[in-house]
Amino acid sequence: MIHLEFRLEQGGFVLDVDERLTGRITALFGPSGAGKTTVLDAIAGLRKPSAGQILIGSRVVHSHVLRISLPPHMRHVGYVTQDVALFPHMDVRRNIEYGRRRGQKLELATVAEMLEIGDLVDRGVSMLSGGERQRVALARALMSAPELLLLDEPLAAVDVELRRRILPYLERVRDSLGVPILYVTHDRDELQRLADQVIVLDRGAVVRSGAPGDALGS
Amino acid sequence: MDLWRITIFTVLTAAAATALMAGPGVLLAWVLARRRFRGRLLLETVVSLPLVMPPVATGLILLLLFSPRGPIGSALASVGIDVVFTWRAVVLAMTVMGLPLFVRSVRAGFEQVDRRYEAVASTLGAPPFRVFLTITLPLAFPAILAGAVLGFARALGEFGATIMIAGSIPGATRTLSVAIYTFTDTGRDREAALLLGISAAIAFGALWMSNYMSARAGLRT
Repeated sequence: MIHLEFRLEQGGFVLDVDERLTGRITALFGPSGAGKTTVLDAIAGLRKPSAGQILIGSRVVHSHVLRISLPPHMRHVGYVTQDVALFPHMDVRRNIEYGRRRGQKLELATVAEMLEIGDLVDRGVSMLSGGERQRVALARALMSAPELLLLDEPLAAVDVELRRRILPYLERVRDSLGVPILYVTHDRDELQRLADQVIVLDRGAVVRSGAPGDALGS
Repeated sequence: MDLWRITIFTVLTAAAATALMAGPGVLLAWVLARRRFRGRLLLETVVSLPLVMPPVATGLILLLLFSPRGPIGSALASVGIDVVFTWRAVVLAMTVMGLPLFVRSVRAGFEQVDRRYEAVASTLGAPPFRVFLTITLPLAFPAILAGAVLGFARALGEFGATIMIAGSIPGATRTLSVAIYTFTDTGRDREAALLLGISAAIAFGALWMSNYMSARAGLRT
């Protein structure tokens, strides 16, 4: 279980979250500027909350009271950012294997097969289409054996057609790897198809949370 | 024959100076590009100082520091290392004069590396030093290369600081620039003209190679 209970201030913006992620896929839903990406950054360790704590499973990765704040590389959190950020100086294979941990059971071939990117591994990243980049970034995050996967609007930059093609991959990841996913979106259809828990965020505050039907009922 | 000796000596000392710049230069450039700390402005100013000070004045400072009675020179002398008026002084002068140009170029390179790549690498489990080696450094490589060529070219042409701390000793400390001056001064115009041609050719070659390599690095990414 993931427990988020923190406050983060920057400029005039205040983000306040107190939620437990119980689902396989939790959607973080809300308009732009609501603070969705900031929540992911805080969990990944890229921004520091000013108060509160973040627990991933039984591990405290951030605690204001205990004065613990693990650096990003010790958090075991996979993060696919909105811009994907594939390393431009490495080919697809080296990108995917970058975060591979020692003793990691998951093979490149398994992930590549699941995401259907097997025939891309020897290409340079500039040769990939938008949908391929998304899947390579997802594979790269999965290979680091994360205990939590953060996806920041993975389908925002792709068109409707591509969206329809990538959704099944996300469902496959959800169903076969058992890694909890926190998924940022502002698309209701995506959310209803994938998520089993929804947190609705607006201007830095959680306005509703629960099962998709209940949280989005109004 | 003498001219070739001078040429080879100059290229070798300039190469040694460039190699000496690399370690501290990359470190300084990274600190200036990525760290915010008290005294950063001071450090930046001190590093750039040789760029704006008269080279002869920089040479005098080095002479005072490294002469056998100077604070650094006396320590080195006690372990049997002479600096002043040896080839080491030539390399020292070249290094100090080339470093600011190297640091400027590399720093700009680090500043252009997108922080998102570093952030993603860290979430993939890479500790800071690995992120630096595998992400920051390769992405800044064209700038490091350009900085090395600039530093090397500056070292090749070094005159003011060299003449102060190393002099113009034939076969020991005489570099291309110093030789051109000495030969012109003593009426050996033909030799001076030949050395001029050699300097131009080396400078052309170094710049051409740098452009070629950065074009290739650009294609790769």
